[in-house]
Amino acid sequence: MTALLDIRGLTTEFRVNGHWHAAIQDVNLSLAANETLAVVGESGSGKSVTALSALRLLPQAGARIARGEILFEGRDLAKLSQRQMAKVRGDEIAMIFQEPMTSLNPTMTVGDQIAEVLMIHRGMSHGAALKEARDLLDEVRVPDPGRRITEYPHQFSGGMRQRAMIAIALACRPKVLLADEPTTALDVTVQHQVLTLLDDLKRERGMGVIFITHNLGVVAQIADRVAVMYAGEIVETADCTRLFANPAHPYTEALLRAMPRVDRRADTLEPIPGSVPSITARPAGCHFAPRCGYVRPECGHHPALGPISGAGGSDHQARCILRAKAEEAAWTV
Amino acid sequence: MTVVSEPIPARKPNVVLQTLNRNRLSWVGVGLLALILLSAIFAPLLAPHDPLQQNILHRLEGPSPEFWLGTDSYGRDVLSRLLYGTRVSLLVGFLSVLIAMTVGSAIGIFAGYVGGMVDQVIMGLVDVMLSFPTLLLGLMVAAMLGASLENLIIAIAITETAPFVRIARAPTISAKRKEYVEAGRALGFSPLRIMGVHILPNILSDIVVVASLWMASAIRTEASLSFIGLGVQPPTPTWGGMIREGFENILSSWWLVVFPSLAILLTVLALNILGDALRDAIDPKLKGES
Repeated sequence: MTALLDIRGLTTEFRVNGHWHAAIQDVNLSLAANETLAVVGESGSGKSVTALSALRLLPQAGARIARGEILFEGRDLAKLSQRQMAKVRGDEIAMIFQEPMTSLNPTMTVGDQIAEVLMIHRGMSHGAALKEARDLLDEVRVPDPGRRITEYPHQFSGGMRQRAMIAIALACRPKVLLADEPTTALDVTVQHQVLTLLDDLKRERGMGVIFITHNLGVVAQIADRVAVMYAGEIVETADCTRLFANPAHPYTEALLRAMPRVDRRADTLEPIPGSVPSITARPAGCHFAPRCGYVRPECGHHPALGPISGAGGSDHQARCILRAKAEEAAWTV
Repeated sequence: MTVVSEPIPARKPNVVLQTLNRNRLSWVGVGLLALILLSAIFAPLLAPHDPLQQNILHRLEGPSPEFWLGTDSYGRDVLSRLLYGTRVSLLVGFLSVLIAMTVGSAIGIFAGYVGGMVDQVIMGLVDVMLSFPTLLLGLMVAAMLGASLENLIIAIAITETAPFVRIARAPTISAKRKEYVEAGRALGFSPLRIMGVHILPNILSDIVVVASLWMASAIRTEASLSFIGLGVQPPTPTWGGMIREGFENILSSWWLVVFPSLAILLTVLALNILGDALRDAIDPKLKGES
């Protein structure tokens, strides 16, 4: 499988008090068509920054992509002008956001908002675009789409709004969809419906989906592959089933232990002590070392992301000295 | 068909009406404004005399059954001149505020959306503009351009642009952090489209409220400029001009000054009441307060 979106060595920096600090560091992600890649991590781990960097949506002042390439079908998005980038956004790569309640413009009808994208990227007439909007709402399973396109967002429930958002994002049939915690604000049953819908649409259209979440239950439900992020770095990446069965990085292990499960009796969950270090105060060695139960003196060196021992033929990689294959325990300082 | 499944109407003017109802005074403002507007529109039908017709036999006569509000030093009917003067006042007030609102909001939205240095420079200039008293600024511009109806409108528009920049900028800054604006950028919309289609309609209510208050100020400025002779030139009747002409005979003929002054007062009052009522109706934070 060739990669549709290939992010290589991406480093994004923010300016804090006059100094540039890396919010994400050397991030490598590749996404194939018809694949769902979940990016998991705590708040502040750099998940959203990765997605916003990929679409070049970071604020112009105070943020910059310092290094790395964002290859989309062989084109490096990091080198495009804002004008060229605007053509890619919403057309070839679309994004949906966390808050369905505020992601729609309250002064425009839902139909007009879906039609707007089609008119801009496809040059459709208003009438044709509205007709297409009706079909799209139907496709994301909004009942009575003919009436719904004439209504305003405040007449939609949270789940329906997120469906409308998905309809807007998918209007131009993008090849890649970035979903930034699209189900976090929804209750569990609606969440399940929206996830199933996204999965179906991905299959029908052969899209690549990058799904950003902190909810491991959601990951297990829809992801093909998983990348775990911590303090601006990818610390582990593997197939979804493999990651849940054999977590290699101590952070992933800790995350899984902190998750409530139906099939296990748990009176108390096991939290991870401490919190994610801020971008101005990241430890020099392994970023997770201060919170890690297995910490050793070697952890003062910054580990590289590499294959783990016992990975077999899989591409299971982790950023941990203790779990690395002995011969490949290369240290980077 | 059940009543329950009926869709809720999309627009909600009823909220505004409710608030207007709760505050009875606001209906006084609305009624007064309607009256003023009607007298401007139907001035030719309502005016008992030609406002320009001089009648030397009846100069400086007090209110009487023939001349309800008396006559001026050329024997012209004050009531007729007052009715025709409404047209100038409303025209100047409306057009100058419209221009100030359009230009000021555009600049304000631009400054708020772009931010950074551009914002700081624009707001610095706005502060300079605001530090001048409205009348003084209007005086300077009107004196530079020369006295005519168009120049008067331009002069007043210039004095009132700065407040609109401020009024438009603040809600733009909060609107640009809303997720629908970010979503718009993620969909590849141009900055111009985001500002015009996605931010403007969401901050329009803030602007409209201020517009009604500033229209009152515009009418006052117009009267003041006409009073000092920088407004619409005679013989066109204007309220400010009428006060100026009546000023010479103020001790003997009080009606020349009192009635135009009352007209200005009532118009400004009506617009202020309406502006306050609109603000109360639109601003949810003030709801429930009397």
